Amino acid sequence: MNRYFRLLTANQPGARRPAHFESNRSEAASEALRRSGLEGKWPILILPPEPRDIVWEGRIRGKGSRAKANREQRTLKVTSNPEFEADCIRRVLAGETHLFHDLIRPCERSIYFLLYSLLRNESEAEDAAQDTAIKVYLNLKNFRGDAQFRTWVLSIARNEGLGRLRKAGTRREDSLDAETDEQTGDYTPAILTSWREVPSQALERQELGTMLRKAIGGLPVIYRNVVLLRDIEEMDVRETAQALGISEGAVKVRLHRARALLQKELAPRLEGFAPKSKGLLGWFK
Amino acid sequence: MRIDCQHVWEYISAYIDGEVDAELRAEIDKHLETCEICSAVLDSTRNVVVLIADERVFEVPAGFSERFHAHIQRALDAAHPDGLNGGDSGMG
Repeated sequence: MNRYFRLLTANQPGARRPAHFESNRSEAASEALRRSGLEGKWPILILPPEPRDIVWEGRIRGKGSRAKANREQRTLKVTSNPEFEADCIRRVLAGETHLFHDLIRPCERSIYFLLYSLLRNESEAEDAAQDTAIKVYLNLKNFRGDAQFRTWVLSIARNEGLGRLRKAGTRREDSLDAETDEQTGDYTPAILTSWREVPSQALERQELGTMLRKAIGGLPVIYRNVVLLRDIEEMDVRETAQALGISEGAVKVRLHRARALLQKELAPRLEGFAPKSKGLLGWFK
Repeated sequence: MRIDCQHVWEYISAYIDGEVDAELRAEIDKHLETCEICSAVLDSTRNVVVLIADERVFEVPAGFSERFHAHIQRALDAAHPDGLNGGDSGMG
């Protein structure tokens, strides 16, 4: 089962209330939890004191074993909640250090993927993610609240990743300089005359996931970072720019180029994953 | 303003993200009505974006979260050996 949950405060940009949640939000949230199989495991502790301001948005689909493993890890895409974070930081600094787990939990996935994007090695990215968490804890008193907490955390993760690259003697691949964006390149898309949509169900076929990961892995790192934060971690342009230490314009340019490169690489090969027929039986592998 | 295919391609990403102004969007929409190539390029790009965002594509390694929080807890325990760090790790 693949799932996607987002926890939004009602006043956050992008917050929207699905119609079926509108009539009775708390029951809908309970139902989403019940259906997800996460009831009792869901990190309810991360909820702020005023749950009436929370909008749950859920999407549940698929039955793959990879998703099952993912569910067991309780990894979530969760947007930040400034009120909760501020309260949590104050309490951690006042001595309730166990709350640091709840504070950092919504960021852990983004930390990992940013570091994986930089280091391109699962075990090193995990190691760096753990060290990042400790650095966040040790520097918590320096968090000013100028940026979102996750953005601040990701800038620490980025420095951790770059430090490791330097230590390993790797060229600082993500020279995040404007000159890189000024370089011309061939970002012409793959020219097609028609397109049959490849539905998400096709991801049940492992080779499709492998193909997508390989294409993203093959992007230049400055594009890969942006794709991971914008399209995969669903961060907004501003947050992505702050986390990567680049301008918002650079984020847009890089995302555009990354998507063009991905379309060029993937579109011709995705054809084989499009449904052959949409008859009464629906999707055919 | 009349736009060509090259122009549309330059704005595909912004178009998908809803970041083009109303006038340009209307021009692009008008172009898409008659241009099969740009329609296919737009649809395929959007399809790629949707597919790569699916959680089945990028997952953290199995057990990542448990190890991540265990590491944090060890650091908290080391920093507060007197046990005044609030007790439970909150890991779940």
